[in-house]
Amino acid sequence: MAKVTIDGQTIEVADGTTILQAARMIGPEVAPPTMCYYSKLKTSGGYCRTCLVEVSKGSEKDPRPMPKLVASCRTTIMDGMEVKNVTSEKVIDARKGVVEFLLLNHPLDCPICDQAGECQLQDLGYEHGSAKTRTDFERRTFDKINIGNKIQLHMTRCILCYRCVKVAEQITDGRVHGVMNRGDASEISTYIEQAIENDFSGNVIDVCPVGALTDKTFRFKSRVWFTKPVDAHRDCDKCCGKVVIWYKGEDVLRVTGRKDQWGEVEEFICNTCRFDKKSTSDWTIEAPTAISHQSVISANHYEKMVRPKELTLNNIKPIALTEGDNK
Amino acid sequence: MSKKILLEHINVPGINTLAVYREKGGYASVEKALKTMAPDAIVEEVKKSGLRGRGGAGFPTGMKWSFLAKPEGVARYLVCNADESEPGTFKDRYLMEKIPHLLIEGMITSSFALGANSSYIYVRGEYFYIIKILEKAIADAYEAGWLGKNILGTGYDLDLYVQAGAGAYICGEETALLESLEGKRGNPRIKPPFPAIAGLYGCPTVVNNVETIAAVVPIVNNGGDWYAGIGIGKSTGTKLISASGHINKPGVYEIEMGITVEDFIYSEEYCGGIKNGKKLKAVVAGGSSVPILPAEMILTTASGEKRLMSYESLADGGFATGTMLGSGGFIVMDETTSIVQNLHTFARFYHHESCGQCSPCREGTGWMEKILHKILDGHGTIQDVDLLWEIQRKIEGNTICPLGDAAAWPVASAIRHFRHEFEEYVKNPAVIKEVKHYHNMHNLATA
Ligand SMILES: Cc1cc2nc3c(=O)[nH]c(=O)nc-3n(C[C@H](O)[C@H](O)[C@H](O)COP(=O)(O)O)c2cc1C
Ligand code: SF4
Ligand code: SF4
Ligand code: FES
Repeated sequence: MAKVTIDGQTIEVADGTTILQAARMIGPEVAPPTMCYYSKLKTSGGYCRTCLVEVSKGSEKDPRPMPKLVASCRTTIMDGMEVKNVTSEKVIDARKGVVEFLLLNHPLDCPICDQAGECQLQDLGYEHGSAKTRTDFERRTFDKINIGNKIQLHMTRCILCYRCVKVAEQITDGRVHGVMNRGDASEISTYIEQAIENDFSGNVIDVCPVGALTDKTFRFKSRVWFTKPVDAHRDCDKCCGKVVIWYKGEDVLRVTGRKDQWGEVEEFICNTCRFDKKSTSDWTIEAPTAISHQSVISANHYEKMVRPKELTLNNIKPIALTEGDNK
Repeated sequence: MSKKILLEHINVPGINTLAVYREKGGYASVEKALKTMAPDAIVEEVKKSGLRGRGGAGFPTGMKWSFLAKPEGVARYLVCNADESEPGTFKDRYLMEKIPHLLIEGMITSSFALGANSSYIYVRGEYFYIIKILEKAIADAYEAGWLGKNILGTGYDLDLYVQAGAGAYICGEETALLESLEGKRGNPRIKPPFPAIAGLYGCPTVVNNVETIAAVVPIVNNGGDWYAGIGIGKSTGTKLISASGHINKPGVYEIEMGITVEDFIYSEEYCGGIKNGKKLKAVVAGGSSVPILPAEMILTTASGEKRLMSYESLADGGFATGTMLGSGGFIVMDETTSIVQNLHTFARFYHHESCGQCSPCREGTGWMEKILHKILDGHGTIQDVDLLWEIQRKIEGNTICPLGDAAAWPVASAIRHFRHEFEEYVKNPAVIKEVKHYHNMHNLATA
């Protein structure tokens, strides 16, 4: 066991735990944002640099601070380590830089992107970035690529987080997709557009944090906040069969894996569940999916809406115009 | 203060052949090491010598060797980094081309010290002719019994392989090199684990530069104390410097650490002064990734003394007034040089070579190049100069591997020391399109 303090909060965790995992155990207030790390995928993380933190004390044995910011998703804690996330000016500054870099070649076409409402980059931009971009250069663009008949890749929106590459590597066999070229010319490729015909290939859609990989059976059928997510399951011989189905009226528009607090799927699902089971009769319905009331997806779901008690219309008093006016 | 150790026999006719190399005492270190020394004793001598890695970072070699994990029944590897792609650096190729057996001898002695039975020389793909030279020399060494099974009857086996890279700068970074050697895309690995724990094929591995490995030969022959007695401070021994740019005698020089920079640039023994009697404007002392310094700073340290060719002296004053010895790629620029144009060339290189794994380097290097291009095209503004400064600041220290820093430092130092020049570019856009050299622009602008 090892003790680690993150933004002043201390927790004891098993050896080998990363700073990010420890921070997530404490809670979202100290957990750094992540764009490339995905707890369900081995060796993910380290690439996007949004989770950079300052290690102000290395360990009990060697209390020296670490000279550079470190990627919390890939750095294991040492006993006595002290970490600063939002309490570090250096971190805030670096993160703002990272967000600016991530948005540099991203088209920012949120109004027409299919990921609107579910985009982690959009959230990151709001929470940690700056509202303006300082570039006026043309962004890179790519033609859309079909990965099989169910998945579409629009590289223009890709932020090279490598998550889909890890999915292809780790949960499908006979990988036919990866990264080609270097630097900002890098692109996710399906090696001469070979389709991924694997039963689990659809999971690349769920892990993609932006609108680069989309579900062709759902694309542009509806904005997500007009749909109603419901937890459901079925007996499946390939996967856990536990999903979220997304309704519009009576119609099942989309099926996805269930996501946890950090926006990661709880378990990967197979393509049959995802693409082929689009009627209510295929599923045993459990309950409406719990959605954070801050999420845009909750916009049309009032189940858990709590009205603020403190303020009622009758309590509102006119603002004092001049001093002493409003006694 | 001429001191030749690695290049002592470089002009001996036929020194590239095994026979002549042997005549000049070649392979003595192998004999001494395998027959009379325990592997750990060799590591001790290298530690004593104070030798620091010659590939750029200058990490103490003996210490690096002593970090090598030695789990039972697991292979260990020595990999020679002969990728040599740092712009301005061309010393390793000189050594390998002229005296290939020195590297092979160093590989055998070092592999023995580290307990490696298979070792690799990873050569930059463009050095095709050198690959041929090395392959021939290795074949001769096998035939003479210096490589293979039971070397000199001591029971020690070593196989040595040459592997050609595909000409990617990033494959010089040690973990990207290992990925490439394993046949994968040359992306740097996320550390830890360091190669000393899990390197090639997941086994403990040491990666060393060509010059570093070559220096092990004289260290084993003459002892670590002897080597430590050469040079100055923590910069022991000699260093190969590849000098280029506006000098009378570009080339590869072996210097004793501690000669003055001034002596190196102006003496007849080395660079022979600035071409056509022009004035010195700036120097990039250790390959294109280290900070560029203006004439007065490269000649004098922050503490007001003459700057020396050594790790410590070149770094004196930190990055505010100092730089790094790096790989020893010494690029000299005279008064006609446009810093902005040069910086654009460097930026283009780093943009092209970024592997693209991490966002600050992938996106930032391209952005910097575009802004510099805009400035050179006459469309820059003063805000662009400030933005450049900001971008490099956000890249530095925030990336997976040091390529991000390598891209950021030249920009930072150019703006720090030559901001006025950037300002002239953005203030006189009409003029800069007409001219090729900085001083012409200056004359036109003030005429
Ligand atoms: C982008 C990049 C390129 C590099 N290129 C080279 C190279 O071409 N040759 C080299 O010896 N080291 C190069 N290095 C340094 C190596 O990573 C490593 O530090 C070195 O090979 C270790 O050997 P040494 O300890 O003998 O210096 C490079 C590092 C980086 C970050
Ligand atoms: S397509 Fe999506 S998941 Fe794949 S690398 Fe790009 S952003 Fe990441
Ligand atoms: S710093 Fe650049 S070269 Fe190094 S891993 Fe990141 S993107 Fe690749
Ligand atoms: S989440 Fe840690 S670097 Fe991307």
